[in-house]
Amino acid sequence: MDSYYRPKDLPKFEEIGKDAPELARKFFDYYNSVFAEGELTGREKALIALAVAHTVQCPYCIDAFTQACLEKGSNLAEMTEVIHVTTAIRGGASLVHGVQMRNIAGKLSM
Amino acid sequence: MGLEPFSGTLAKHRLKLVRNQTVTLQVNTGLLCNQRCRHCHLDAGPKRKENMSAETVNDVADFAGRCNFEAIDITGGAPELNPHLGSLIEKLSPLAPRIMLRSNLSALYRQNDRLLDLLKANRVVVVASFPSLNLGQADSQRGQGIFEISIRMLQKLNSIGYGRNGGDLQLNLVSNPTGAFLPPNQQETEKRYHRVLQQRWGIVFNHLYNFANAPLGRFRQWLIKSGNFDNYMDRLASNFNPCAVDGLMCRSLVSVSWDGYLFDCDFNLARGLFMEGQKIHVSDIQGPPAKGSPISIANHCYTCTAGSGFT
Repeated sequence: MDSYYRPKDLPKFEEIGKDAPELARKFFDYYNSVFAEGELTGREKALIALAVAHTVQCPYCIDAFTQACLEKGSNLAEMTEVIHVTTAIRGGASLVHGVQMRNIAGKLSM
Repeated sequence: MGLEPFSGTLAKHRLKLVRNQTVTLQVNTGLLCNQRCRHCHLDAGPKRKENMSAETVNDVADFAGRCNFEAIDITGGAPELNPHLGSLIEKLSPLAPRIMLRSNLSALYRQNDRLLDLLKANRVVVVASFPSLNLGQADSQRGQGIFEISIRMLQKLNSIGYGRNGGDLQLNLVSNPTGAFLPPNQQETEKRYHRVLQQRWGIVFNHLYNFANAPLGRFRQWLIKSGNFDNYMDRLASNFNPCAVDGLMCRSLVSVSWDGYLFDCDFNLARGLFMEGQKIHVSDIQGPPAKGSPISIANHCYTCTAGSGFT
């Protein structure tokens, strides 16, 4: 194996059902239902998925949802803003734990 | 696995691509264009010399006079750069209830008001290229500065009455993807374009059409150079929609090139695939192509059958 991540592996995702077909069927049914048009549009859902893909840092998801966002009419400015939302939440999540650090330091300090 | 030829895919679905009644004439005035768009299937640009002559304009008008078309669609290159465009419009206008002019907006922007007066007087529908609401993506496809000129030209068209709801001067937009991906849902995109263009620039228009890019000409070269060609062809082919075949434009349209030869569509014109597989000049045909006659096909036809189709 020359690399853990290969773009050609993405279309093989369905093969995950080979040894556990019932679980795979349930997962893909659920997955397809989630991304169907609902209270949110397909375009909005693809943008959310792009943000989450960057949060979980999944190269397959980033590939798939970049294409999905473009094909659902989102532009690069919108997609870039989405990544900043991801970054703000991830950065903010670290920073807000600073309160915990300050609480502990406060308790330990004179 | 290689790409299934388009003819094979049609056969698998037991479909045949043949003509219905031909109601639209598309006139390609030439390959000369002020822009050099990266998605252009015709490889049009400022250095191209091919432009329709006055004699061919007369031949096209005579042909239109023999055919009772419902619509005539004038395209290019940039038709505005053809010195006979005014004469073409004046000759064709009495011959069909709907005349359309495809414009890249920047060529129209550089014209004097005489052309705009002519378009208004003949109630010509303006079909304007406007690929993206994002300046960077639009300019990347069409050339630096084109987005801002397009906005100004759309505002000017609005100021003379084009695009107003209920008015008789129609302004339609065409959006092509700015890369190797398929176009978004047309209805949703039209809604967003209405909202954003109105809010940001006070622009109104009638309808928006999303078309996929055909893997021909300069776009094909870009696909190959950027390593996207195979994936793009697979994407078009895997989105083949058998239900789209019935409404394809080539079933009801005949396209005439700058030098007067007939094709089933502008993509076949770009590819050099003549109608009925032979070089037929517009002056040599008595009426529109017969219903039931075959349509020339190749793998670029997947462009028009992907998703909801290219009608």
